[in-house]
Amino acid sequence: MARVHIDVMLKDEILDPQGQAIERALPSLGFEGVRGVRVGKHVVLDVDDRGDLEEQVADMADKLLANPVIERFTVRVE
Amino acid sequence: MRIGVVTFPGSCDDRDARYAVSLIGAEPVALWHGEADLQAVEAVLLPGGFSYGDYLRCGAIARFSPVLGALVDFAGRGGPVLGICNGFQVLCEAGLLPGALTRNAGLRFVHRRQHIRVEAASMWTAGVEAGAVFDIPVKHGEGRYVHPDPDELAAAGQVLARYCGPDGTVDATHNPNGSMAGIAGVTNAAGNVAGLMPHPEHAVDALLGSTDGRRILGAVLARARSAA
Repeated sequence: MARVHIDVMLKDEILDPQGQAIERALPSLGFEGVRGVRVGKHVVLDVDDRGDLEEQVADMADKLLANPVIERFTVRVE
Repeated sequence: MRIGVVTFPGSCDDRDARYAVSLIGAEPVALWHGEADLQAVEAVLLPGGFSYGDYLRCGAIARFSPVLGALVDFAGRGGPVLGICNGFQVLCEAGLLPGALTRNAGLRFVHRRQHIRVEAASMWTAGVEAGAVFDIPVKHGEGRYVHPDPDELAAAGQVLARYCGPDGTVDATHNPNGSMAGIAGVTNAAGNVAGLMPHPEHAVDALLGSTDGRRILGAVLARARSAA
């Protein structure tokens, strides 16, 4: 079994209102000077490694975990 | 004419959709998400709600249900399919419609009466003149339509409707969710598959304020009759 981490983020050109809301909230707690807040998903999987792990996980991400129309993903194997 | 209405676990507008179908003079047929059988209906409605809890992304899981396999074949043969709200999200996730629906720009769930302007002719707007303004409710948290090139979509005649004011003006103040180019509904390239974020099935009874939804839902019947 290999532990795999997948980060799914909205593409840069897609508006992220959740990130904007966080960005607007931070100064009220005294955290000044923060820009470019973006919120995404971090997915952790334990996967049987049959030799094509990276390919298999990228396929999962492409078909289900991310919507390629609006999101991009990165895969990291532990 | 028999119009199928699919029920997914978490659908909540399926009953209203069946009621609306009966009001426009068609026979509603309840279809179950777990059956890959469309029961020989002549058109299919995917209703609003929160299919499979909308886990991961709205509509992402529903896309793998048995009924969707049958629906993809039906749509491929030119069968009329309309997805409303969550149904629109499901059709985008399934790749039957272009683009995607994301979190409302204002982050809030929006629930209000909304004017929309019909832009293109489709099976679902047959007999409705382009530019006609309808009063139809919206209720959604993730209805912001996103497409890599909304102008290209409009040029291809695939923009079905836009959010607008009572006089048909499309601008930011009348856009409930920040949708690109105010897009409220789109069709596929062939025109037989359509998605709408607003709810025509909630605007079929004068008691509830508007009957404009009947014109959208009734158009497919008008088209079927003229083809017969």
